[in-house]
Amino acid sequence: MAEESYTSTELMICLASRTMADNATAFIGTGIPMLAASLAQKMHAKNLTPVFEFGGTGAILEKLPLAVGDMRTYNRGLHAAGICTAMEAAQRGFIEYGFLGGAQIDAFGNLNSTVIGEQSSPKVRLPGSGGGNDVGSACWRTIVIMRQSPRTFVSKVDFLTTPGYLDGPGARERAGLPVDTGPFRVVTDLCTLDFEDKSKRMRLLALNPGVELEQAQAATGFEILLPDEIGRNEEPSTEELRLLRDEIDKDRLYI
Amino acid sequence: MNERSLKILEEGVGDLLTPIDLDAFRAHNRAKEKGLVDKRMSEKEAIRRFVDEGDYVGVELYGTVRCPMSLTRELIRAGYRSLRGVGQGVYESDLFAAAGSFKALDWTYIGLEVYGVSSNLRRAVESGYVENIVEWSNAALAWRFKAAAMGVPFLPTRSMLGTDTLKYSAAKVVECPFTGEPICLLPALILDVGIIHVNRADKHGNCQIDGISGFAAEMACASKRVIVSAEEIVDTGAIRRKPDRTIIPWYVVDAVVEAPFGSHPGEMSGMYERDEEHIRSYFESTKDVEKVKAYLDKWVYGVETHEAYLDLVGRERLEDLRIKGA
Repeated sequence: MAEESYTSTELMICLASRTMADNATAFIGTGIPMLAASLAQKMHAKNLTPVFEFGGTGAILEKLPLAVGDMRTYNRGLHAAGICTAMEAAQRGFIEYGFLGGAQIDAFGNLNSTVIGEQSSPKVRLPGSGGGNDVGSACWRTIVIMRQSPRTFVSKVDFLTTPGYLDGPGARERAGLPVDTGPFRVVTDLCTLDFEDKSKRMRLLALNPGVELEQAQAATGFEILLPDEIGRNEEPSTEELRLLRDEIDKDRLYI
Repeated sequence: MNERSLKILEEGVGDLLTPIDLDAFRAHNRAKEKGLVDKRMSEKEAIRRFVDEGDYVGVELYGTVRCPMSLTRELIRAGYRSLRGVGQGVYESDLFAAAGSFKALDWTYIGLEVYGVSSNLRRAVESGYVENIVEWSNAALAWRFKAAAMGVPFLPTRSMLGTDTLKYSAAKVVECPFTGEPICLLPALILDVGIIHVNRADKHGNCQIDGISGFAAEMACASKRVIVSAEEIVDTGAIRRKPDRTIIPWYVVDAVVEAPFGSHPGEMSGMYERDEEHIRSYFESTKDVEKVKAYLDKWVYGVETHEAYLDLVGRERLEDLRIKGA
């Protein structure tokens, strides 16, 4: 497939979709995660259970939700409960994946979606934690989806809204967060990243089609660790693009 | 320090915007009407009778989903300038920000989801009009309601730990007396007024909700006064036939307002879709102060009642939003 035949948003949706295994639970937020979950259900993870924070669980994602509480979040669903039910399921270890985003991320995967500048005298006030902090605290493996630039991938976040690995190995556990949890993947318009086990720092996993290593490094405000072998992400397949364009987001709300 | 005392490891710097006075809450609840009385009234009467300037007010779920929009518009028309409340919303919170109704917020998320960050809200906060913002996560606020609903001073949780969200909240981290691990304690949140929209209620305030219930039950039980609006008022017999469907019981409810299409331009589970055109045009208007003012003048200040609002939207347009076969 030619490089210009898909957008970076479509690619990010496909990459996020491919991170999810079948028969798993995934905490889904507004935007790209909804499309990724829907695509995963139609491609390789028919029995993926989407959990939306206001209580919709086990929906078959036929129409795109526009809000994390709307009717589509429990379309032909298995459980229409409330926010406590969803959040408590995550807190006691039932939710495998959780999707996150933000305005800034650092090398440990800590996220800022609260404020640029000081909390009491903000330069830019952002939407806030919402369910982000809870997802980042309680889901087993979180997947961050963000566009990559020196402005967004920073050495220090202005405000730590949602916990990544905090200041390094063991820090989550010391803070009282559940063991064995934390950022799993970062999906960007340039590459995918994971976290090196020893240092808990972000490490390049694979570059997106047509992207050079120097581009990814130049778009990052901290040093990205490099693996022994840098992978190369596959382009969206014809089937993935067809599903996204003809079924999942026919109205082009997101793509 | 007594060696058996509970060790506080960290304390948020945020203010407790509403006191945790459980015995006053109990006394208030004891004095509430328990009889099956008719609580039906208009939006105007409900807001004027049960909301005072400076009150701590919560609006359940959010602007585009099962939101009490007819009561939200009435609250803005009533002209409050210094309410305190919960910032957990989209369109309704944005209208409050545009109208300058709130001075202090327990904040988790205010934005417009698909349409992004809200300009109104940025203006209200960055200009300092909203004076006090205390940060929380979504679950934290829901669990704070739950603590109050349980009648206890706090709930322990594993959210917010290790973050600035905790630092700028009013939560505390203690060493758990059972496990020895750090645990975050969320203070109970007792509201002066909870405002909730439901699918149907009887005249006494027994409420049914179709679809997800958000945090309706928790917030209703955490509120000293509860104003409910309902798409439909039903006979108490319908409630008695399915008592398992009652998600908010009459004894917590003070006012019942009949409001068909009460969530417009938002949606109502199983009944009508959201009015995308209206929401999009509102979002476009938020970029410009004058346009927002014009929006408020037309859709909020310019209509005295919910009926007048529905006429302004247009009955045919509303019928088009109805889910077919519903």
